[in-house]
Amino acid sequence: MTKKDKHKEKAAFDFNGGWDYSPSPESISHVKLKERYDLYIDGKFVAPNSGKYFQTTNPATEKVLAEVAHADESDVDKAVKAARKAYENVWSKLSAKERGKYIYRIARLMQEKARELAVVETLDAGKTIRESRDVDVPLACNHFFYYAGWADKLEYAFPNRAVSALGVAGQIIPWNFPLLMAAWKIAPALAAGNTVVLKPAETTPLTAMLLAEIIHESGLPAGVVNILTGYGDTGAAIVNHPDINKIAFTGSTNVGKIIQKAVAGTRKKLTLELGGKSANIVFEDAPIDQAVEGIVNGIFFNQGHVCCAGSRLFVQESVAEEVIQKLKDRLDTLYVGDPLDKNTDIGAINSKEQLETIRKYIQIGKDEGASMYESSCELPKKGYFVRPTLFTDVAQSSRISQEEIFGPVLTIQTFRTIDEVIQKANNSPYGLAAGVWTDKGSRIFNLTSKLRAGVIWANTYNKFDPTSPFGGYKESGFGREGGLQGLGAYLKIER
Amino acid sequence: MNRNKTFKNIPDFKLSPTVDKVGVEERVARFQTRSIKNESKVQGLKMVLSMIDLTTLEGKDTPGKVRQLCYKAQHLHNMQEGLPTVAAICVYPTMVAEAKKALGNSGIRVASVSTAFPSGQSTMEIKLLDTQFAVDNGADEIDMVISRGKFLAGEYNFVFDEIAAIKEVCGKARLKVIFETGELASLDQVRRASDIAMYAGADFIKTSTGKIQPAATMQVTYTMLCAIKDFYRKTGVKVGMKPAGGISSSKLALHNLVMVKETLGNDWLNNDWFRFGASSLANDVLMQLVKQETGHYQSADYFSID
Repeated sequence: MTKKDKHKEKAAFDFNGGWDYSPSPESISHVKLKERYDLYIDGKFVAPNSGKYFQTTNPATEKVLAEVAHADESDVDKAVKAARKAYENVWSKLSAKERGKYIYRIARLMQEKARELAVVETLDAGKTIRESRDVDVPLACNHFFYYAGWADKLEYAFPNRAVSALGVAGQIIPWNFPLLMAAWKIAPALAAGNTVVLKPAETTPLTAMLLAEIIHESGLPAGVVNILTGYGDTGAAIVNHPDINKIAFTGSTNVGKIIQKAVAGTRKKLTLELGGKSANIVFEDAPIDQAVEGIVNGIFFNQGHVCCAGSRLFVQESVAEEVIQKLKDRLDTLYVGDPLDKNTDIGAINSKEQLETIRKYIQIGKDEGASMYESSCELPKKGYFVRPTLFTDVAQSSRISQEEIFGPVLTIQTFRTIDEVIQKANNSPYGLAAGVWTDKGSRIFNLTSKLRAGVIWANTYNKFDPTSPFGGYKESGFGREGGLQGLGAYLKIER
Repeated sequence: MNRNKTFKNIPDFKLSPTVDKVGVEERVARFQTRSIKNESKVQGLKMVLSMIDLTTLEGKDTPGKVRQLCYKAQHLHNMQEGLPTVAAICVYPTMVAEAKKALGNSGIRVASVSTAFPSGQSTMEIKLLDTQFAVDNGADEIDMVISRGKFLAGEYNFVFDEIAAIKEVCGKARLKVIFETGELASLDQVRRASDIAMYAGADFIKTSTGKIQPAATMQVTYTMLCAIKDFYRKTGVKVGMKPAGGISSSKLALHNLVMVKETLGNDWLNNDWFRFGASSLANDVLMQLVKQETGHYQSADYFSID
C-alpha cells in the first residue's frame, strides 16, 4: 500500500450507530379498513358476479390487509354499460361548468382525507409514508384540481378546433403509484367529458377503492366512474370490450404490446405509458454533491419502482471516481425499513414477485462480472426488502444495463465525450426520461434536442407537475399524460 | 484531535466545485423532515448544549456581564441533573482574561473573536496584534473574520495569506475562520471561501459574525459541510464546522445535527468538530429538555437570562 492509498483508507466516514433517530411510526389508528371491498359499478358497491375475492397484503409485514373483489367479464360488461348509459344520459348533457364542479369536489375531498389516503397507500404498496404523504397524495389532488379548471375551457385549450368527448374510457393502472395513477387517468377523462371504467393493479387496490368512496361521497352521477378490482383477465376484458372508445394503460411494455395487438383494427383510441431504462448523465462540470442527490433520488425514489427511474448512470470519466465514492457514502445514510416510519427513506418492495425479479437481476449482474456495492444497512426480518444497490464495471451490452429492473438497482457506466454519451443514452429500446447534470446551459439545450426521451430533467430528477406532459418514445409508449397534451388524449379534436 | 496546517500545494480556488442552490434547498428540506422524538431528542438536545459557544459580542460588554455568562456556562440549569456544560465562551479580546479567570479549570474553553471583528476592515498589522493580544491573554480558540472585500474582488491569494498569517500567530489556539456568508451572496462563493480557509489552515470554518443577516442558514451550513467532506477525503485532515447567528430554536439545532450526521457521520457529532455560535439557543434547549422530562412547558421566567 502506497502512502497515498493509506491516507485514503483513513479518511473514511462513519455513518453507522452513534446518535440515531428513535422509531417514529405514523399513527394508523385513524384508518379503518374494511374486511372486504366490492366493485364500484353504477354508483353502487356491488359483489362480483363470480363471488370471488382475493387478498391484498402489506408487503412490509406480509400480513393480509383486506379482501378485494375479482371482477370477471360479466362485471366488466355491467360497468361498461353503466358508463355508456351515464355518458349518453347524464354526463354529456351536463354543462361543462357543472362537470368542473364535481372534479373540484373530488379534489377537495381527497385533500380532506389526505392522511388516510397516505397511510393506506403506504400499507398496501410498501412505499414510505414520507413519500405518500409529501408526493403521491398531494400530486394526485393537484391533478384533479388542474383538470377541473379545464373542464369548461376546452375550446380555449384547443383554439379554432372543434373538440368533443370520446365516450367511455377503459383505464388500467399499475402498482407503483396506485392513487396517483388513478388521478392521472380519471381527472383528464372526466374534464374532457368522458365516463370511466378503471382497474387498479391487483397488489394495490385499496386506495382506488377509497377513491371510489370519495367519488361516491362527492355525489358524482352514478356510472360516470366505475372502479373494478381484479387480475389480468379483468384488464383483458376491459381492453376487449366492444363498447369502449379509448384505452389508457400504464404498465409493463410486454402487456402494452398485447394491448396494442388487441386494439389494432378497432376504433379504440390508445395511449400507452410503459417501461423505461432512463439515462442520468453527469458531466465533469456538474455540481457534484447535488448531482449525487439527484442520482439517489432518480433511482431510489419509490424503491426504484418508477417507470422513469434514472437507472442507467453515465458519469464522465474525469469525475467518475469521486461520484462513485460519494454515491457509496450516500447509500450508507439511507434508512431502509418500516415504510410507516417517518424517517424511512426506502420502504418495501411492492410484492414477492417483484422482489424475486429484482433478486434475479442482481444475480445476473454478478454473473455478468459487474462489481456490486450495496449499502450496509440491516433489513427487517419480515417483509420484502432489498438493499440499495450499485453496479460498476457495467457494459452497454450487459443485461442489467439494457433491461428494466424496476427496483433500487443502479448501473454505472463512464463516458469520455458528449457524442459518446448521447449515442449510449439513446442506444436503448426505451425512451421515457433522461437527466442531464452540468453547469453549462448551452450543453443542456444541446442534449435536450438530441436525447430521444419524453422527459428530460436538467440538474434535477423525478419532478412531476400536473401542468407538464409525461410520456415516452419507442417502447416506452405513446401519448402524453398531464398538461394540455394529457387533456387532448381524451378528446376528439377536429378541423 | 488532528490540527490543520497551512498547505503548500494548493488548488486553484477559481476552480472550486460549483454548487446548485435548488439542489441544496431540496437536500436541506429532507433533513428538516426527519422526525426526532423521545430518547433520540433528549440525547440530541444534550449534545446541542455541549456544542454551544455561549456568546456575548457587544460594545456594551463589561467584566461583570462576562463573569455572569461564565457562571451560566458552568451551571446551565441547576434544577436539572445530568446536563453538560457548553463548549466555550465567545468574547472580544479585551474580555478574554476575565473569562479565563471566571472559568478556571472547568474545561470550558475561551474563544476570542479577532482581526478587527466584525468587519475585518483594518490593516494586517493590527489584525495580527489583535490576535496576539487574545492569545497572550489565554484564548483557547480564535474566531477570525476574512476580508470579504478582497474576497469579492477575487484576491483569493490575499485572503489565503491573511488566514495563514493569523494561523501562525495562533500557536496552540484553534483557529476558526468566519466568512460572513450573508455578504458573500452565493453558495458558489461560500464553497470557494471554505476551500481557501481550509487549505490556509483553518481548524474550524464558521458562517457568520452574527451581525449580518442572513447568517447560518442550513443551505450555507450544508455547503460548508460538503466542502469539509471533500477536504477530508483529499487530505485526511478533519476540519470543524460552526454555524453562528440565527439558530435560536431547538428544532433548528436538531436539524443541524441531522445534517451533520448524514453528511459527515458520527465523528463530527461532538464539540471538537461541531459548534453552535449562539446566545439565546441554550434556554430554548433547556426548556425543551424540561418539557421532555415533565411533560409541561415552563415559563421563560424559570430559565436564567445572563
